[in-house]
Amino acid sequence: MDSHNHHEEPFYRKYIWSTDHKIIGLQYGITSLIFLLIGFSLMMIMRWQLAYPESAVPLVGSIFGEDGMLLPEIYNSLGAMHGTIMIFLGIVPLAVGAFGNYIVPLQIGAPDMAFPKINAASYWCYFVGGVVMMSSFFTAEGAARSGWTSYPPLADIEVGQTMWLIGMIFLITSSLLGSINFITTIIQLRAPGLTWMRLPFFVWAQFVTSFLLVLAFPPLEAAAVLQLMDRVAGTSFFLPSGLVVSGEVLGVSGGGSPLLWQHLFWFLAHPEVYVLILPAMGIIAEVIANNTRKPLWGYNSLVFAVVFLGFMSFIVWAHHMFITGMGTAMSAFFQTTTMIISIPSIIILSAFFISLWGASIRFNTPMLFALAFLPMFGIGGLTGLPLGFAAADIYLHDTYYVIGHFHYVVAPGTIFGLFAGIYYWYPKITGRKMSELLGKLHFWPSLIFMNGVFMPMFIQGLAGVSRRLWDGGLEYAHASGVLHWNEFMSISAWLLGLAQLPFIFNIFYSLKRGEKVDKNPWGATTLEWTAPSPPLPHVNFEKIPEVHRVAYEYSVPGRKRDFTPQTEPKKG
Amino acid sequence: MDIPYTVEERPDTGLFNAKLGVWLFLASEVMLFGGLFSAYIFLRYGAPVGAFHEWGQELNIPLATLNTLILISSSVTMVMSWASLKLNDFKKYKLYMGLTLLCALGFLIIKYIEYTAKFDHHIYPSTNTFYAIYFTLTGLHGLHIIGGMIVLFYFWIPGSKMWDSKPEQFTNRIEIAGLYWHFVDLVWIFLFPVLYLL
Repeated sequence: MDSHNHHEEPFYRKYIWSTDHKIIGLQYGITSLIFLLIGFSLMMIMRWQLAYPESAVPLVGSIFGEDGMLLPEIYNSLGAMHGTIMIFLGIVPLAVGAFGNYIVPLQIGAPDMAFPKINAASYWCYFVGGVVMMSSFFTAEGAARSGWTSYPPLADIEVGQTMWLIGMIFLITSSLLGSINFITTIIQLRAPGLTWMRLPFFVWAQFVTSFLLVLAFPPLEAAAVLQLMDRVAGTSFFLPSGLVVSGEVLGVSGGGSPLLWQHLFWFLAHPEVYVLILPAMGIIAEVIANNTRKPLWGYNSLVFAVVFLGFMSFIVWAHHMFITGMGTAMSAFFQTTTMIISIPSIIILSAFFISLWGASIRFNTPMLFALAFLPMFGIGGLTGLPLGFAAADIYLHDTYYVIGHFHYVVAPGTIFGLFAGIYYWYPKITGRKMSELLGKLHFWPSLIFMNGVFMPMFIQGLAGVSRRLWDGGLEYAHASGVLHWNEFMSISAWLLGLAQLPFIFNIFYSLKRGEKVDKNPWGATTLEWTAPSPPLPHVNFEKIPEVHRVAYEYSVPGRKRDFTPQTEPKKG
Repeated sequence: MDIPYTVEERPDTGLFNAKLGVWLFLASEVMLFGGLFSAYIFLRYGAPVGAFHEWGQELNIPLATLNTLILISSSVTMVMSWASLKLNDFKKYKLYMGLTLLCALGFLIIKYIEYTAKFDHHIYPSTNTFYAIYFTLTGLHGLHIIGGMIVLFYFWIPGSKMWDSKPEQFTNRIEIAGLYWHFVDLVWIFLFPVLYLL
């Protein structure tokens, strides 16, 4: 890209086939927000089925058949695709693709990513993967219906899975290209003076996340290739001998193992959990430091904790497999590592809490989301401990308790972190602040209804309600005492949907009407706030910044201002 | 403003961007093939004792040995082509790069002969788990060879004009491509004993 080129680039060059990390970040952001909305809509349909199992779905019921009822196989499709879309097409691309792309080069003072063309290729792989996933709804077979985990033998023989696997291979390629780019950018393109321990915590979080993506996704790619072979070439990687389907022995050679898939899948999917949460933690760190007007408490321990967390996340995967009969020795090992990995998470969360101590907090919208993140993620994390113990997990496995646990981590956890990030960096992207009033109208109902959706799941799960039931447990006597929560959760979910309207409106409204701001509206220290708002196309900064300080010099005694940008030279 | 360290090395890391990028890519490739090799171990462990060895008897060891030699030679010519550029000898570069491509082509032809011989004997990926993993691993490796050949061919003819305008960057590109090529070679060096000899 020629930056000395003064004439305007044509539209398609500037916004479609762009190699500018900011445009690619926005492409990622817009696409993934749309996918989040789609994934959420699927869930809102499922929640109707769970609340009113014997009645036609309103508005969209006619798609599912003449009587408008949600058939079990469609329910399964919606469930599988809700998980797939939310994780692989929604949150990861938003947290890593959008925030990573837009913010990381700015925070390290780089003109762009290290490989701009590969960056564009990464987005377009993601886009194709998304299109393949969505188009599977319209094929004769329908979308995948074997859960987002795609456990064989079911996934080997059930319809719709082939499209899912092809879509996944595109998505894996996309995140591979993206994460190689992030690591190279962070190692190679840091501005002069920006040493490792001066990096903002957000950059550290993205750095570790990228390593998880580079090393954990390929085994899933291997697994996807094997499952594709099972489906297309008739191999038996995941099919045991003598498997009986619909009363007949399946005509394959057999000799494979469904457990092999689970090992390969969870080798990715456990680090994937940290891919979902670490970027949000990075955002929370930035927002908290900025709005407490204090240095982040325990920066060094945060950095070491996040690196250790990344390392440990590779050796905990089989805690998802306690009830597969893999043996007590394996279970003992993995429950030990699982307990160990909770330590760095608690270090990070504690450091954030302690950072609030004695601060005069500015309660703006990003900070509200960040403050809500702390207890919500805390609930999500702590409810995970019983699942990490093999003995307790045998009872809780595959119940709504599990659903409640990981949704607390990802929905009011990660998604709140991402909302905080959107409100926080919106002025940098557009040059205008988002409306505070609309932001608060978004925040408070979201917080209430998030808990309305997920808190009763713990109650249902402890009562033993399975997560897979199409009718929400109607047929089971043991579920009868907690069944009435279904309607409560469903109404909360729909109100949660309504609560997003002020946010969507705010994005467009503030684009034109938001309060105009200068380079540094929040009085922040990190490098992105020394670039113009929005940063210059392709080059970001008027001049590559030089760094003289650590990331969070807020309220240093004896200084005139309560923040000192990283670029300010030290005197004497 | 150009992106720094595309050609020259960053002093504190001693790397130019693409070199770090390709090593990261190779790390992910190690994990990809690592996942498949673990699948091999898992399946072999689950199969009846000796079954994997017995099923593997149909494979053609002499042809595979020849292929191993061909691929190792291609790695040697690959290094020579990069060294020729370092020594400013563009003609030698063309020669060695051509030889590398020739070796790769030879490898694929022999692989094709092996595959068709199996199909003629009605051995397919669906025959048993050994052939399932055999065809998957060698097939994926073959795709890596083809991908590498496309890149090398580009540097051999259409992309070689860059030598006149940016010789240093062109040499770097050959080095990067070479690292990938050696990796693909290395994967075969693992595949050969694991599939044919064990």
